[in-house]
Amino acid sequence: MILKVAGLSFRYNGLKILEEVEFRVNRHEILAILGPNGVGKTTLLRCINTLLRPQAGSILLDDQDLLSLGRDEVARLLAYVPQRGETGPILAFDAILLGRRPHIGWDVRREDIQKVQAIIDQLHIGHLALRPINSMSGGELQKVLIARALVQEPGLLLLDEPTSSLDLKNQIEILAFLRMIVRAHSLTAILTMHDINQAIRFADRFLFLKEGMVYAAGTREIITPELIREVYGLPVTIAEVNGMPVVVPGLDHLQATETSLSAE
Amino acid sequence: MHLDVNPLHEPEGYLRYVRRKGLFLIGAGFGLVLMFLVALAVGSSFIPLPEVVAAFLSPSGEHISTIVLHIRLPRVLSAVIAGAGLAAAGVVMQSVLRNPLSSPYTLGVSHAAAFGAAFAITALGAGSISHLISDSMVVRNPYLITICAFLGAMLATAGLLLVAKYRSSRPEVMILVGVALAALFTAGTTFLQYFSSADQIAAIVFWTFGDVGRATWRDLLLMMVIVLPSLGYFFFTRWDYNAIDAGDETAHTLGVNVERVRTLAMLLSSLITAVVVSFLGIIGFIGLVSPHMMRRVVGCDQRYLLPASCIAGAILLLGADMVARLIIAPAVLPVGVLTAFLGAPLFLYLLIGRSAV
Repeated sequence: MILKVAGLSFRYNGLKILEEVEFRVNRHEILAILGPNGVGKTTLLRCINTLLRPQAGSILLDDQDLLSLGRDEVARLLAYVPQRGETGPILAFDAILLGRRPHIGWDVRREDIQKVQAIIDQLHIGHLALRPINSMSGGELQKVLIARALVQEPGLLLLDEPTSSLDLKNQIEILAFLRMIVRAHSLTAILTMHDINQAIRFADRFLFLKEGMVYAAGTREIITPELIREVYGLPVTIAEVNGMPVVVPGLDHLQATETSLSAE
Repeated sequence: MHLDVNPLHEPEGYLRYVRRKGLFLIGAGFGLVLMFLVALAVGSSFIPLPEVVAAFLSPSGEHISTIVLHIRLPRVLSAVIAGAGLAAAGVVMQSVLRNPLSSPYTLGVSHAAAFGAAFAITALGAGSISHLISDSMVVRNPYLITICAFLGAMLATAGLLLVAKYRSSRPEVMILVGVALAALFTAGTTFLQYFSSADQIAAIVFWTFGDVGRATWRDLLLMMVIVLPSLGYFFFTRWDYNAIDAGDETAHTLGVNVERVRTLAMLLSSLITAVVVSFLGIIGFIGLVSPHMMRRVVGCDQRYLLPASCIAGAILLLGADMVARLIIAPAVLPVGVLTAFLGAPLFLYLLIGRSAV
């Protein structure tokens, strides 16, 4: 699915959070929304998932305006993985089955159960299926929540900081896994992230937010030391390791910070 | 996106798990039927079970048949309807307020309903005491009492929802709000009593002790008309509560209108509480205890938790009422006293258990 966001503005209590946000993501692509804390990344995600209603703008998914669709229709088009879900003593299988809710009439059908089993097989999480999710590690839980989103059979997948509470190995595993799913099922995915290097490695497009506005958007080429300095207020150099650009915080800045800290 | 399924790969383990829950529900259903029959048999005179069943199958005008169908049946049915209704209200409140300590009683909704009903009885003259049976009250206008009880319950519910929405829905906060509401409405009831005649006071006091034995067929019918469709609605929206249990944001992206489900659930829970309180008085803790007991057995999935809690609530109230009828026989203790003895320790346990975490 192709997502086109145009002229999106969101105010909260008169305070401008997002202004004139505009971007586009194609099928098969992962877009990473980047920017410092509090810049409106999660708000943008919540506007796209229609939890928040923007005051202006349009969100077109294959030329359908999400803002004019009903809840159930939206729920069949996109799925959302929150940063932290509530976790009760629910079996992973049941937690994933919940993703079928937009498709369930009176009760679950055999097909729904089989779809849950299919996604469990694809993600190789059969060993988790009969475990309660409140006993799981961060990485395991994240896989279950992604499985719940996928069993919704969406065209667009939204993830709010999917790697924020994971160790390095799990981060790579989840992101590689996402990319595999996006390619295999022709999905479109949008995720917010803090780690630029992970984003460079796994995303196809990048959207840098600054003060609620799009500062830059595009493919990997747009990422330059100047851009990072402007957006994050931090001087960086970009090195190349194994053919991958790697953003390294400027040593001068580090030293300057350390000196000012030790002076206090 | 479309997921291809492999029909040959059945999730055996999960299907077994689902079957086990189904079997438990069926078993519990049988337990309820058995309890129902036993409750009809037990009383100041014991009627053997076969005769109870016979009274149902071929109602004659005879002595036993009269006792079973006209004296004990309304009482037993009241216990079943009220127990199931209060338990369902408890489950649903615990889910939509995301608060394990919620129930009509602990949040003050019962007290508010009682105040509304007392107001209807004293100020609006909807009931008076009967001089033939000194401890019972004749309800002249059950509809007026129910409406006033409902308005009272709604006042409390509105207060709870407002606090939850604009302040905090932390369990401790909600319980304190519940305590405040209960105190406020109890004070209101006391105020009404102060300006009542001695007879009226006696009536109100007796009436606030929950007792399933006072409902007439007409009251019972009204209770059923309100409680049964509400249970149906709750069960119909069971997936929505599961979604809300997973977090408001998740629920929204699963297509659930969280605000509407929450408001409607609270509204219907209040309605159930109001109708039960107006005919039977305050019966505490059934709504709190049944969901907690069942959560330990069937887990948090509302598909099983809701029906299991309803059955447990009905069995608990039936059982408590039987004990209340026998413990100081031939006198009959109001069942509300017993449920309080049963529920209060559990409530304390939950509170202390939580704060220890």
